[in-house]
Amino acid sequence: MATSPPPSPEPPLEIDLRDPHVAALLAWLWPGAGHLYQRRYMKAGLFMVCILSTYFFGLALGEGKVVYAAWNAADRRWQYPLQLGVGLPAAPAIVQSLVVRRTGQPMLSALGAPMAPPQRIENGLPVNLLPEWHKTLNMRFELGTLYTMIAGLLNILAIWDAYGGPVIGEPGKERGPPGDDKSKDKKKAA
Amino acid sequence: MLLLAASLLAKQVWYIVPLILSVSLVYGATRHELPRPILYHAWHTAVWMAIFMGGIFIVLWLVSLWV
Repeated sequence: MATSPPPSPEPPLEIDLRDPHVAALLAWLWPGAGHLYQRRYMKAGLFMVCILSTYFFGLALGEGKVVYAAWNAADRRWQYPLQLGVGLPAAPAIVQSLVVRRTGQPMLSALGAPMAPPQRIENGLPVNLLPEWHKTLNMRFELGTLYTMIAGLLNILAIWDAYGGPVIGEPGKERGPPGDDKSKDKKKAA
Repeated sequence: MLLLAASLLAKQVWYIVPLILSVSLVYGATRHELPRPILYHAWHTAVWMAIFMGGIFIVLWLVSLWV
């Protein structure tokens, strides 16, 4: 299956995780930002490109409608917490949800009201646009939801990497969990 | 076989390609720090996922012929 021989064992690495908590927070806020903070530029670029392109491709497939926050009797959008894994790029959905709850209408209606929940108040009556969205977008609604959810889940892996470093970093130097003192010593001493 | 070929040509199937690429690269990057081991790991993950999902695809395709 593999055409190339296995790469030689990685040389001992020096990974300065700086403050792992700050790195993890930055990694959540913007995919790759935590690694930029740690000066791990190659991985920052890889995470940023892979995760954000997956997220925005999914968002474009769903015409901006597949990422929204709603939790009511008509629509329990359980996918949103997973999409929120990408951090700030998914955060406007919370703002849209609050605005719709307060006024009945979303912001940026002229632009298609991106990331707004499908519930509206029209002529004093509640209207649910979700069936219409499914009808017009068809499979792209599901695909867009899937892409954005996977992007959020992938960023959780990236957050963990920013917090604790790579799982297999140094052959013969297996690390414990991030809280483990030995692993901290190795990372700092390395 | 024509049906299988038609299914493969259906555009829905190809939406999986960028996902496999993205997932395998990110997964590989959480396991290693250097580019070469990341790419090596990503390649293996991508092949494994493609075979796994291809197997499910063929099983479902056979079931669809039978039902």
